[in-house]
Amino acid sequence: MKAKRGFTLDIALICGLCLMPVLWLVWRFVQNDLGVNPVETVVRQLGVWGLRLLVLGLALTPLARLLRQGRLIRWRRPIGLFAFGYVTLHLLSYVVIDQYFDWAQIWSDILKRPYITFGMVAFVLLIPLALTSFNAAIRRLGGVVWRNLHRLIYVIVPLAALHYFLLVKADKTMPLVYAAIIAILLGWRVWEWARKKV
Amino acid sequence: VTGKLSAKRTFWTNETPTDLEAVTGYNNFYEFGTDKLEPVKYASALTTRPWTVKLDGDCAKPQTVDIDTLLKGALEERIYRLRCVEGWSMVIPWIGIPLAEVIKRAEPLSKAKYVAFETALRPKEMRGVSDRILQWPYVEGLRMDEAMNPLALLAVGLYGDLLPNQNGAPIRLVVPWKYGFKSIKSIVRISFTTREPPTSWNRYAPREYGFYSNVNPQVDHPRWSQASERRIGEFKRRPTLMFNGYADNVAQLYAGMDLKKYY
Repeated sequence: MKAKRGFTLDIALICGLCLMPVLWLVWRFVQNDLGVNPVETVVRQLGVWGLRLLVLGLALTPLARLLRQGRLIRWRRPIGLFAFGYVTLHLLSYVVIDQYFDWAQIWSDILKRPYITFGMVAFVLLIPLALTSFNAAIRRLGGVVWRNLHRLIYVIVPLAALHYFLLVKADKTMPLVYAAIIAILLGWRVWEWARKKV
Repeated sequence: VTGKLSAKRTFWTNETPTDLEAVTGYNNFYEFGTDKLEPVKYASALTTRPWTVKLDGDCAKPQTVDIDTLLKGALEERIYRLRCVEGWSMVIPWIGIPLAEVIKRAEPLSKAKYVAFETALRPKEMRGVSDRILQWPYVEGLRMDEAMNPLALLAVGLYGDLLPNQNGAPIRLVVPWKYGFKSIKSIVRISFTTREPPTSWNRYAPREYGFYSNVNPQVDHPRWSQASERRIGEFKRRPTLMFNGYADNVAQLYAGMDLKKYY
């Protein structure tokens, strides 16, 4: 059966779900419930959701294969774009509410603090992927070029996880959980690639 | 500030104290978990009576001091800024005893150049110590002249009341010109030593946390710029002051020292 195209119910549902974390933050802000250090809460939550969606995006292809649900492939675009949205808001929240446009400080952070350097590189690399996430761009670039470009995600997600790992002061449990999941998802691709080559 | 403890106000800043709810609800006390919201949830498991502090090492009168004896003595209220190495700060009305007074009880020998502090280690009461993130018990240290500085306080209360467990009950150090982690909590032992004692965060990451750990906006931490800080309750960052604004009181302790090397 040919998969339905366009904005179908499952895509609408995914968009709705992806909006939940940011709406939840807005709600907590309205209720004055962002905790003792609201700026940190907002910056961290946006970052964590960006990372979660990036990892989820990386999981869709293996899951589609494993569950024999080709439809999941179509979820990559909305999830990837929402991941970009959260990462952008995360960066904006750092620039606006954390540093309050202190460009000198921001610039020295990017140069001097490895976790910020890696985070910035990951963000910059995400931009071309977001900009080419519509059908016309795929046609224009051609499938092969587009696919190769979007393989940048194999670099971006580990960079984002490294950004997280380096910023955590001592308890590295959660960053290691993300690292393990990413290693499995990328390892599966290497394994697939090696299997096909044989 | 009123409460159960009566104290003479001896040293304070006119800055507005941080809300009690923030002071007692946003804590770094890894023995009860690494999240800052965990100590308030889990520190109530700590039994703080009976409690004694052992004074030992290179001193003429090693002894064990009962916390209630200390509480019966003259207490002082001091409103200090607290600057966390993570880039946030608070203003806290502490109640306590000058550290120098407690040190003098033990009559340290002239060869004692350092003071080492140790936190209680109670695996049954401290759910965080099952994770070996830091090497337990938590230990800290000061040079003798730093410890004898009039600013160094052993706090037993805050906001006029007994110290809540999550803030390091029943007795903790407060050295306001140093990053917060130097102000060791729930102290059971104070020892006098000739050599620089180990300190917990320095053991964990020597490149990031030095023995001195004085608040210094010019020496960056690899993770956080120390040039500015967010005062809890405020939106915009404010510049961080040398020695957390206590340079007049403590700068002479470090005369001639390269503070980039001895960070």
